[in-house]
Amino acid sequence: MRNLLIFITKYNAFFLFLIFEISSLIIYIKYNSFQKATFISSTSRVTGSLYGQVDQLKDYLSLREVNDSLARENARLRNQLKASFYVDTIAKRQVTDTIYKQQYMYIEAKVINNSINRSNNYMTINRGSKQGVVKGMGVICSSGLVGKVVFVGDHLSVVQSLLHKDSRFSAMLAKNREIGYIEWGDNLDPRKGFLRDVSNNAQPTIGEAVVSSQYSLFPAGIPIGKVSTLRTKSGGYSLNMEITFAVDFSKLQYVDVIVNKFAQEQAGLEAQQKKDE
Amino acid sequence: MSRIILINLARFILLVFLQVFLLKNITLYNLSTPYLYILFILLLPFEIPNVLLFILAFILGLTIDAFYDTPGLHAASCVLLAFVRVLFISITVQKDGFDNEPEPTLSVMGLRWFFTYAFTLTIFHHFFLFNLEVFRFSEIPYTISRFLLSSLFTVFLMLLTGFLFYRRKERK
Repeated sequence: MRNLLIFITKYNAFFLFLIFEISSLIIYIKYNSFQKATFISSTSRVTGSLYGQVDQLKDYLSLREVNDSLARENARLRNQLKASFYVDTIAKRQVTDTIYKQQYMYIEAKVINNSINRSNNYMTINRGSKQGVVKGMGVICSSGLVGKVVFVGDHLSVVQSLLHKDSRFSAMLAKNREIGYIEWGDNLDPRKGFLRDVSNNAQPTIGEAVVSSQYSLFPAGIPIGKVSTLRTKSGGYSLNMEITFAVDFSKLQYVDVIVNKFAQEQAGLEAQQKKDE
Repeated sequence: MSRIILINLARFILLVFLQVFLLKNITLYNLSTPYLYILFILLLPFEIPNVLLFILAFILGLTIDAFYDTPGLHAASCVLLAFVRVLFISITVQKDGFDNEPEPTLSVMGLRWFFTYAFTLTIFHHFFLFNLEVFRFSEIPYTISRFLLSSLFTVFLMLLTGFLFYRRKERK
């Protein structure tokens, strides 16, 4: 017995080695074969929280890459959006009516560039001559009159909006059909305009609707705005009034280009009349 | 005495952190992974009792295992490493040299001895570790190349650490 103890103490390193090696191998084989998450794993509270904190630090260091990848993903997703596709098939809304022959057709368009705070404002729409847009056509949107086409490209057109010094359209009071003309106000306010040269016989009231007349590019009755202030020009025989536009030009997104079937014929006849005079 | 304990405790924590948060992410060409943490066992003082040595090696292995999700793997390798250390020191170092040379560091023992010491122990540890981890004969060539390259990497880092904390010994 004593000899055995001496033997063990002499070679204690070996026996200690055996004990610890066997115990660690037991741990290894037992836990690895069952894949159990135990206290000796990175899911435990201590190691898990340490990993979490270091991961936060790493997140911070890689913010630039994350930003880049997010920006790339944004671009990729934006490319998939419907809005970024150019729609080739253009639907002209058309009403088939056997009694009334159609005079006006509408080409839907999207505003892709717009300005409201310059002294002469234009907007660009995504329809051009390929879709049937011709210079001089009127443009409206769902809430009212917008402007007229001034430049036409193959796929895009430029519209001179109502907010332009040269924009002048025939208009009338909705109730008693007194004719005047509409133009933009002089203080660059995108919400205000003037209805001028209305006959003195008219008795406009504040809040009365102003619509396009039948003498304009537009079908009669397209809303333009509402009378906001009445101003009488001293000594004149016509009335001027300030109106508030029905269209919010800053939020324009979709517009319709008006195709007037008789426009060419009318222009030709009127030109002939001028020639004859 | 307490100074030695403090130093070794700091070394333990430092090496585990270094291993777990830095070296774990470093793998050269999917072959060479350094396991610098075994430097802790290598640098334990000469006079440490065998029981304490084995217990510390076991604890160090389990700590690393906790972060590597391999319970027992590193513990087994570290215990083997401790055993090889006992054998190596008993063969190469005279007993009476312990008094003025407390720790087997590079600055105390010199480059030649330390290199042999580190290289031998690292090879044993890594060989056991990689083979136990894979435990398959079909992947022997891959395991062997991993083991050799990792050993080189680890020994390189050990020597680097040794030179980094080199203190010129005042010889009489």
